Amino acid sequence: MSITVRIPTILRTYTDGKAEVSVAGGTLAEVIDQLEADHTGIRARVLDDDGKLRRFVNVYVNDDDVRFAEGLGTAVPENGNVSIIPAVAGG
Amino acid sequence: MSGTLSTVAPFGPAAHLSCRECGHTTELGPKFACEECFGPLEISYDFGTVTREQIEAGPASIWRYAPLLPVPADVATRPTTNPGWTRLVRAQHLGRELGLANLHVKDDSGNPTHSFKDRVVAIAVQAAHAFGYTTLSCSSTGNLAGAVGAAAARAGLDSCVFIPSDLEKEKIVVASVYGGRLIAIDGTYDEVNRFCSELIGDELGEKWGFVNVNLRPYYAEGSKTLAYEIAEQLGWRLPEQIVVPVASGSQLTKIDKGFRELVKLGLVQDTPYKVIGAQGSGCAPVSQAYKDGIDVIRPVKQPDTIAKSLAIGNPADGPYVLDIARRSGGTVEDVTDEEIRAGVKLLARTEGIFAETAGGVTVGVLKKLADAGRLDPDALTVVINSGDGLKTLDAVSDCGPTAVIKPSLDAFRATL
Repeated sequence: MSITVRIPTILRTYTDGKAEVSVAGGTLAEVIDQLEADHTGIRARVLDDDGKLRRFVNVYVNDDDVRFAEGLGTAVPENGNVSIIPAVAGG
Repeated sequence: MSGTLSTVAPFGPAAHLSCRECGHTTELGPKFACEECFGPLEISYDFGTVTREQIEAGPASIWRYAPLLPVPADVATRPTTNPGWTRLVRAQHLGRELGLANLHVKDDSGNPTHSFKDRVVAIAVQAAHAFGYTTLSCSSTGNLAGAVGAAAARAGLDSCVFIPSDLEKEKIVVASVYGGRLIAIDGTYDEVNRFCSELIGDELGEKWGFVNVNLRPYYAEGSKTLAYEIAEQLGWRLPEQIVVPVASGSQLTKIDKGFRELVKLGLVQDTPYKVIGAQGSGCAPVSQAYKDGIDVIRPVKQPDTIAKSLAIGNPADGPYVLDIARRSGGTVEDVTDEEIRAGVKLLARTEGIFAETAGGVTVGVLKKLADAGRLDPDALTVVINSGDGLKTLDAVSDCGPTAVIKPSLDAFRATL
């Protein structure tokens, strides 16, 4: 239980209003699996029907956009953090 | 009369929010991303009858289009910066140089804080009032920060805006002079933007109206007024080709929405138009995706262009820019820093309009496409200048005196 995941406001209905939750490490895909196990329904919000990251979701592992890394295969180190953020901001 | 509640509908003809991606609808509120798919929420309307005469009788600002915007009907009587109704310049000299017979420049440097951002912020302020927010905020590449500062001052709101620390000095001054808080962040615009998205979910940012985050659906509608004005100033007709700067892609997307609405309302004929997006080559994720023929936009991690107002590496509305450019038969193109500088000077020399670097981008793209024979030379063409050259002076720092002389006729004669 050593990875912190920051939850955006629109997903907090799945986390009882919590802005941060903790899960165990692994790849980003495994982190999302654990999120789903703890907070049923959250995966379908973040991933599309093909199991890919939705195009309007930005995910950061330790401040790096996973699109610049290995996507869902990006390793999340122990004590690392994951941020899920809506992409439709700015401009 | 004190204590009297306004009975004016705060959002005018706006009916609800709908997701551009999946169509999910939700009630009007301070929300920006679809709870189903994270897609962008945008405003849907129940328009009544709107006539040309009604609009033409309105004020010389974007408020002449209040019946088409998510604002109260009495908005023009409220303290705002009254942006818009900027000039549309028939650009005969520039057209002659480029071989374009019917060229116009929509010059949005004439807005109160000298960029198109005053349009979008003015709408966001009304939403902030409706939701009871007392602090106005944003992530900005410069122009927006100044527009938020000024609009907040006019509306009697506090402001706290966030910018990348490496912006042009002129934009930093404009962003701070109106008295609000200006926080410079050591990072790219995309990092500033991400910071704001996290701040909004934190109690620190509670009760704040971030114009381009939680108020973004309202804010974005302001760009429709560029489309309305262009059509009205052309004598109630649509242009046939239009060149639009692309940062997040919101402006281009909403100009297209504005044209479609005018057609739907019967205010203009449904004539075809090509939408052309313009980026700086040092930050051209949408142009690159267009050229590669793909739908997925690969973000640019470290933008490197003198067009800093367009330096968004991860553009929120990029996919829709691709859709619109392809659907309309337009394109997305990019130009180098040298072409941007040349574009700024070309517009200044031929039409007396001093554009900021983003205007150098649109004029540069116009020239690039015209030179390559990729534009219809006889089509009614509009190029947008979104900001003022006085805010990006470094880009033309080689401009200066032709000569420095003693005050004598002989000395002047020697320079000829």
